[in-house]
Amino acid sequence: MNKKRITPLEATNSVKKSIVKRRSKDNRLKLYGRIAIGLAVCFLLFLFYSIFTKGFPGFFQYYVTLDINFDRERIDPKGDLSDNSLFDGEASKIVNESLFSIIEPKGRKAKKQAKKIVSSGKDVRIAKMVKNDPSLFGTITKVKFALDDDIDSFLRGYIKRETPESERRVSDKVIGFVDKLNQDGRITYEFSDYILKGSASGNPEMAGIKGAFIGSMLTLSVCLLISFPLGVATAVYLEEIAKKNRITEFIEVNINNLAAVPSVVFGIMGLAIFISIFGMPRSIPLVGGMVLALMTLPTIIISSRAAIRAVPPSVRDAAYGIGASKLQVIFHHVIPLAMPGMLTGTIIGMAQALGETAPLLMIGMVAFIVDIPNSVMDPGTVLPVQIFMWADFAERMFIQKTSAAIIVLLGFLISMNALAVYLRKKLERRW
Amino acid sequence: MFNFYLLVGIIFISFIFFIIGYNEAKNIKKINNIKLHSLSHYYGIFVLLASLLPSLGMYFIFTIGDDLLFASLIQNYVPIEVVKSEDYNFTIILAQIKNSVEGLIFGIPDQWVTDAAEVWKSWVYQSQIITSISCVFTAIISGFFGYKKINHKFRSRNAVENIVMSILAVSSVIAILTTVAIIFSVVFESIRFFALIPYDEFLFGTVWNPQFEGAERAGSGQEGLSQYGAIPLFAGTFLISIIALCVSVPIGLFSAIYLSEYATSKERAFFKPLLEILAGIPTVVYGFFAALTVAPFLRSSGSVLGLDVASESALAAGLVMGIMIIPFISSLSDDVINAVPQSLRDAGYGLGSTKNETVIKIVLPAALPGVVASIILAVSRAVGETMIVVMAAGLAANLTANPLEAVTTVTSQIVTILVGDQEFESAKTLSAFALALTLIIITLGMNFYALHIVKKYREQYE
Repeated sequence: MNKKRITPLEATNSVKKSIVKRRSKDNRLKLYGRIAIGLAVCFLLFLFYSIFTKGFPGFFQYYVTLDINFDRERIDPKGDLSDNSLFDGEASKIVNESLFSIIEPKGRKAKKQAKKIVSSGKDVRIAKMVKNDPSLFGTITKVKFALDDDIDSFLRGYIKRETPESERRVSDKVIGFVDKLNQDGRITYEFSDYILKGSASGNPEMAGIKGAFIGSMLTLSVCLLISFPLGVATAVYLEEIAKKNRITEFIEVNINNLAAVPSVVFGIMGLAIFISIFGMPRSIPLVGGMVLALMTLPTIIISSRAAIRAVPPSVRDAAYGIGASKLQVIFHHVIPLAMPGMLTGTIIGMAQALGETAPLLMIGMVAFIVDIPNSVMDPGTVLPVQIFMWADFAERMFIQKTSAAIIVLLGFLISMNALAVYLRKKLERRW
Repeated sequence: MFNFYLLVGIIFISFIFFIIGYNEAKNIKKINNIKLHSLSHYYGIFVLLASLLPSLGMYFIFTIGDDLLFASLIQNYVPIEVVKSEDYNFTIILAQIKNSVEGLIFGIPDQWVTDAAEVWKSWVYQSQIITSISCVFTAIISGFFGYKKINHKFRSRNAVENIVMSILAVSSVIAILTTVAIIFSVVFESIRFFALIPYDEFLFGTVWNPQFEGAERAGSGQEGLSQYGAIPLFAGTFLISIIALCVSVPIGLFSAIYLSEYATSKERAFFKPLLEILAGIPTVVYGFFAALTVAPFLRSSGSVLGLDVASESALAAGLVMGIMIIPFISSLSDDVINAVPQSLRDAGYGLGSTKNETVIKIVLPAALPGVVASIILAVSRAVGETMIVVMAAGLAANLTANPLEAVTTVTSQIVTILVGDQEFESAKTLSAFALALTLIIITLGMNFYALHIVKKYREQYE
């Protein structure tokens, strides 16, 4: 050995020299970790920031107040308030007249442009008002109407006055009309009564999420009704009843595989099995709920099994000891004690299902459906799919409405997850 | 609505049987003054199940069976000349008739279609009557037989428990059935696809262009315009996954190391759930974010740098997907690193190593299989992810390694092909199933491999 022997002093010195470097290395790793977490949190905050800043204006929109002469003869020519009669009436003409009296457009072309300032839902609005309150007839009442989405975008500043006329969607003449309305103090910026109560619409100013929201709730309830009992039953069977053999092992492998299958594949299965073979109709919440139930089943089974496993054997032994049968032990003791854990898993699974889009696209829940679904057999759509569809539309206003819909969706997801965390903290027992 | 009322009716009948059974058991007890084998409510439940289960079974057989029966019977109502015509396709005819039944009428249907629809409607009416009568009848009869079984010798608890046990066993089979259904639905259509397009063309072809199916079929003479080479799709999927990994692996791994080794328990309790929020955000939200915030940002910053970034680029989709899978890597790796026994760390410290050296040289190698497994799981999640790529990566099947261009992926092609109007039996529709099959094989393969790694190396340090 040709190695030089070093004295303790030299050794101390060399270690002292290197220790600074080693410590700084240590600090660097710590720093990297902090940067990584910081970045991830920044992404999260930025995501929320960009959605919320875009989305909050989506809950509001511009309205114009007009004096409407509720002339019964013209609005409701048959006088019976039926849909037919109201449809035959001249409600939109009355609105236009009121509008023209303020902005005084000259010539046919100007009138045509002026008509478009107010959203095309004006006659429906009047029809709804007189249906709710027939005493309006014969009065002159101030009524608020949504402005067309282009005007709305102009007022928000997305369409700029400075851009040359040929390049913007709002002509100089219309801008003049809008200025006139503004001077009169007739244009107001208010909480939109369409976004939460309206249904799908091609006109962005009238589009709302009610239909999609109800569709989501119907789909989710089907999903819950199928997946919770099935998931709990499977978990109970695998944990408490079944002997460990080839078959149960095979079931377990299957469950784990299903958890790994991409969600879009569940949609394909729904399309091929439920729609093609069983002949169920497309676009209905029932099929959507069934597909999502199969998709969330693994989540529920896995968390339920964990919850059952966490129940100590002493509880079971005590129950057996006083003469309970196997099923009595399970149903009277194990399941109640495991219920918080099972519920937590189920809520998390439901949150997953609520945000899922791809499988529902496959089974046709992407159709443009104006009617609000009344039952699980009516065609409908769900919130995430509505978001997907709106994100594709070209109109500027849909961006805000989409973000607003996302805020609603995220609100639900966050409260579901918070509920799960609360349940876990509050009800779960440590043994 | 009919189905709903019928189900409520059946349940109501069986509930009545519960009350009858329960009271009968009580009566036997009282009158004979003997102890029954089981508690009274077990007799009630037994009668309830005896009435409910057979009629429910009857109900399902009828509701699933009637459509199939009608479909085969309606063939007699299709005129001979239609059957004999060249483009006869029963699936389309059936769809026409069903649409007519539901009141969806496009244009003016042929007379025989309306007639067949009328016949179908009358069948539906008849089958509703037959279904309800037979279900209610079964419920009453079988409930009655269950009721007859009640006597002091009958061990109703055991009977009920056996029934419940078998219900539990059957429900656990659903997992197998789902797998079978997935395989069944994908494999059969794929086989039909590969009968039209040879599998080597699908797997190794470099041009993906399924759009000209219509032109080819119309006999415009431009045969072979549609091409099904899936290499561009695999390449696009691969490219986006790589970009996603470049974002998520460093961030996820360093976060995991920090959380498990350096962070105080308070920090850990705060940041871990915060990171997991990223996994809970719906993918459609990420897609919207990628398409409307990240992509325009990349485009404008690209033009500042003199780069031409497509408005839908692999980079935008990949970056956002990377953010999405951070928690998969950080949480799983964190768990794995935590599972490394403390004794290994203590040994490292005992030898005078710093925390950094302990982590890099001892803890990470010990946790490596688990970390690798978590990365593989994250990749399989990225490969199967749909909405982000549909909304942000574009649909152009470019075979490129340039992340600034638009690419397309397996999942986004599946969605594009299967959403909206489908041509029945066309190679285009079938190709989606072949793509789905490859997707399943890839993701499941990755999962098996990840599990295999974990299993193989797990016990080394315990």
